[in-house]
Amino acid sequence: MTPLDPPAQKLTKKDFVSDQEVRWCPGCGDYAILAAVQRALPDMDVSREKTVFVSGIGCSSRFPYYMSTYGFHTIHGRAPALATGLKLANPELDIWVITGDGDGLSIGGNHLMHLLRRNVDVQLMLFNNRIYGLTKGQYSPTSLLGQRSPSTPMGSVDAPLNPTLFALGAGSRFVARGIDTSIKTLGDVLTEARAHRGASFVEILQNCPVFNDGAWDGVTAKDIASDTQMWVEHGKPLRFGKNNDKGLRIVEGGRRVEIVTVGDGGVPESELAVHDETNRTLAFLLAQLTAPEMPMAFGVLYRDPQPSYGQAVSAQNTQAMAKGAGDIDALLRSGHTWTVE
Amino acid sequence: MDTPVTESADGREILDSVVIRFAGDSGDGMQLAGDQFTQTTAVAGNDLATFPDFPAEIRAPAGTTFGVSGFQIHFASHDVLTPGDAPDVLVAMNPAALKVNLRDVPRGGLVIVNTGAFSKANLKKAGYASDPLADGTMAPYRVLKIDISKLTSDAVEHFGLGSKASLRTKNLWTLGLLYWMFDRDRAPTIKWLEGKFSKKPELAQANIAALNAGHVYGETAEMPQGIGCYKVPKAVLESGTYRNITGNEALAWGLAAGGRLAGLPVVFGSYPITPASSVLHNLAKLKHFGVTTFQAEDEIAAVCSAVGASFGGALGATATSGPGMALKGEALGLAIMTELPLVVFDIQRAGPSTGMPTKTEQSDLFQAIWGRNGDAPLCVLAPASPGECFHYAIEACRIAIKYMTPVIVLSDGFIANGAEPWKIPSFGDLPRIEVRFHADPEGFHPYIRDEQTLARVWVKPGTPGLEHRIGGLEKDFASGNISYDPKNHHKMTKVREAKILGIAKDMPQQHVELGNDHGALAIVGWGSTFGSVNQAVRRARAEGLDVSHIHVRQMWPMPSNLGELLRRFDKILVPELNNGQLYRVLRAEYLVPAQPLDKVEGQPFKVAEVLDAIRETLNA
Ligand code: SF4
Repeated sequence: MTPLDPPAQKLTKKDFVSDQEVRWCPGCGDYAILAAVQRALPDMDVSREKTVFVSGIGCSSRFPYYMSTYGFHTIHGRAPALATGLKLANPELDIWVITGDGDGLSIGGNHLMHLLRRNVDVQLMLFNNRIYGLTKGQYSPTSLLGQRSPSTPMGSVDAPLNPTLFALGAGSRFVARGIDTSIKTLGDVLTEARAHRGASFVEILQNCPVFNDGAWDGVTAKDIASDTQMWVEHGKPLRFGKNNDKGLRIVEGGRRVEIVTVGDGGVPESELAVHDETNRTLAFLLAQLTAPEMPMAFGVLYRDPQPSYGQAVSAQNTQAMAKGAGDIDALLRSGHTWTVE
Repeated sequence: MDTPVTESADGREILDSVVIRFAGDSGDGMQLAGDQFTQTTAVAGNDLATFPDFPAEIRAPAGTTFGVSGFQIHFASHDVLTPGDAPDVLVAMNPAALKVNLRDVPRGGLVIVNTGAFSKANLKKAGYASDPLADGTMAPYRVLKIDISKLTSDAVEHFGLGSKASLRTKNLWTLGLLYWMFDRDRAPTIKWLEGKFSKKPELAQANIAALNAGHVYGETAEMPQGIGCYKVPKAVLESGTYRNITGNEALAWGLAAGGRLAGLPVVFGSYPITPASSVLHNLAKLKHFGVTTFQAEDEIAAVCSAVGASFGGALGATATSGPGMALKGEALGLAIMTELPLVVFDIQRAGPSTGMPTKTEQSDLFQAIWGRNGDAPLCVLAPASPGECFHYAIEACRIAIKYMTPVIVLSDGFIANGAEPWKIPSFGDLPRIEVRFHADPEGFHPYIRDEQTLARVWVKPGTPGLEHRIGGLEKDFASGNISYDPKNHHKMTKVREAKILGIAKDMPQQHVELGNDHGALAIVGWGSTFGSVNQAVRRARAEGLDVSHIHVRQMWPMPSNLGELLRRFDKILVPELNNGQLYRVLRAEYLVPAQPLDKVEGQPFKVAEVLDAIRETLNA
């Protein structure tokens, strides 16, 4: 059975709710993400026993305890490495890695890079709240310059990292972005991530109301959302704005995109860039867009499947097995031996 | 070389045992010559032990003392336990090799020198102000001066390899001479060369020609006074099929066998590190044994992938050396906390920090037993020889699975690279390892324990109805849920300890290797010091001294009778290649007056060093 085989009986959201009391702060964006996952999983026809959530350390990494699937709450930053071993041991498992901006990009940045470039067949969700929550509010690798925190009383002087750009740079073959409170669209993105064979990377903008409240308001606030969010779809022109009246046009020979007005008094739709998930260069351009100057890009920014790491490993294992399973006695007697009477 | 006792029918002096050291530049092929001499000697029926000593640099500048590579072999007509204290025969392919090694040669020892490499420039590079072959330096030794470079070039000239490649066969020429000198058969080496160079037959032929030329030289050239040809009669070995095996091969094969005995796939995650890398190389070739190897991005990912694999129902394993062990500490703690099987090979090297990577040491004992945050017990085993590595790798698999715990096998650079003849076991004689995956949802929680072993249940993800979550947070004893209850943490700490200490009941009692189980002095060794310690105790006993040899292989938990056994001796001396670790453990555990005999030089003990310490301790 492969992870894609449907289970006998259709499950519902509550089948994925564990008996553990959820212990995030009230109002934490993680609640919405949990709900989105629990709601989306039944429609992906997954089975509970074949699903594993693996996490590191941090607020987001408590996630596995709240899922009624298999789960492994590991050590700080190392979830990608654990998940790689787990997948090698048991290729039929459907593995989700849960991490955050500190866990995945600071202490575990190395492992995240290698999970992505190896193309290990897992879904990785990076909850980006631009702060260390569990350790009480220090700045993180995605905190903006000037972020005041207990460890940066005069403001952070570290340049922040863009997780989606990092994933593209690391060679990820599936890169997407979602928002904690957009439960429906987040569910859609996660469904696509799971359908992708190989490593799928999903950055989720998440609000930490306790230590970094409103960090994403400039993107997610309802009144400005139409101008600050652009949801991309393969084969469709890049449009956004209140009445979908704006779009992006590629200029300077593909080095930059600019905002144009579409339709009445503006340019015809045909002048807009069309989203192509397989175009890595375009994905880099999209990943770099930041509000308020530009709309931030959401949805599947890049998807170009290649054989996964697990497939390559099992192909070699199968090839090695072609002549039959190894014989220990023959192994011990390989090379030079002699007999003493 | 012992005094010849008789002469053989073909006029060779008969010797009981010989130690030869091949020494030359890294590029001179000394390891290859040593390996071939070893194989051939094994076929000749001698017992043997070897000690390869590599320079730290991969390609050190030619002719320098730090580029000298050595290979020592000790072979005899009786059983051999060590590679020998001092070489009876030194082969010095250049001045630097002579400079580095001459001090180890006893008076009257034989030194074979390649005069062809004794140019002014090479003498200067080796740090000789004048030519040692002419200034009296060699007076205490028997010296055989041969221009091996020229004789080799002449012998292979007609193959048209060019002067550089021709010269490269001089190790085979030298080997040929030694084969003549010690009555070794050239056929196995010829066969090996033909196989190795099957795609380049002219290279095979040139090397064979060099080998033969060296042999002919021995037969025909007039040897100086006191240098002849010798014979070392066969040793009496237990009957069976033998091979030479290094410690790292034995660990790799033992792990593959352990997986097979348990009926489990093995996932081996590792990161290259000296001197452990060859375990990874050996296992990477064993995919058809159900072994998946994973070269991770770092030491942490290596062990984490193994822990993840064990969570997935495979047998996770990793190998490393001291600095890598330090990095793996946190993940070992996770495996202890989540009670998952894990096999860890630590091939110790000289530390701290980067230390001396190519040199041997036994200084990770504390790190293995205690080197983690929190009270984090696990099992530690230490094989005493290359061959024992096979057995202890399997034993590590068995304990890891049965007790749901990480097991560390402590080897070291000396065992890892050294070879010894090993009687090959039959796979059918090895006991199976029982694996029980829990599958019953009735009353399930992930920390249900076996009452006897205290091991928790192992559940393979994919099992319906047993979905559960584990992690590094403390668990409630009764439910397996996260718990911050103070009393529960105390109880779980005790349970984890009791589980590991209970392994002692499942392992052999400590036996006495040599001597009585009581008396004036016990020498307590562990790991690779076995040979020197045993030999020293043997000689001391022959002198009539009251001394016994105890060799510990179960470093944690220690054998249940060890304390009681040690208390039956007046004095306890613990030789270790570190600054004193086991002796402190023994004192702490058993309140016995153990004394250290430490050596931290990156080199194994010499028999004489241990013997002197025995005499001194008994006289004090
Ligand atoms: S600290 Fe922030 S991120 Fe963590 S649980 Fe509380 S609100 Fe959520």
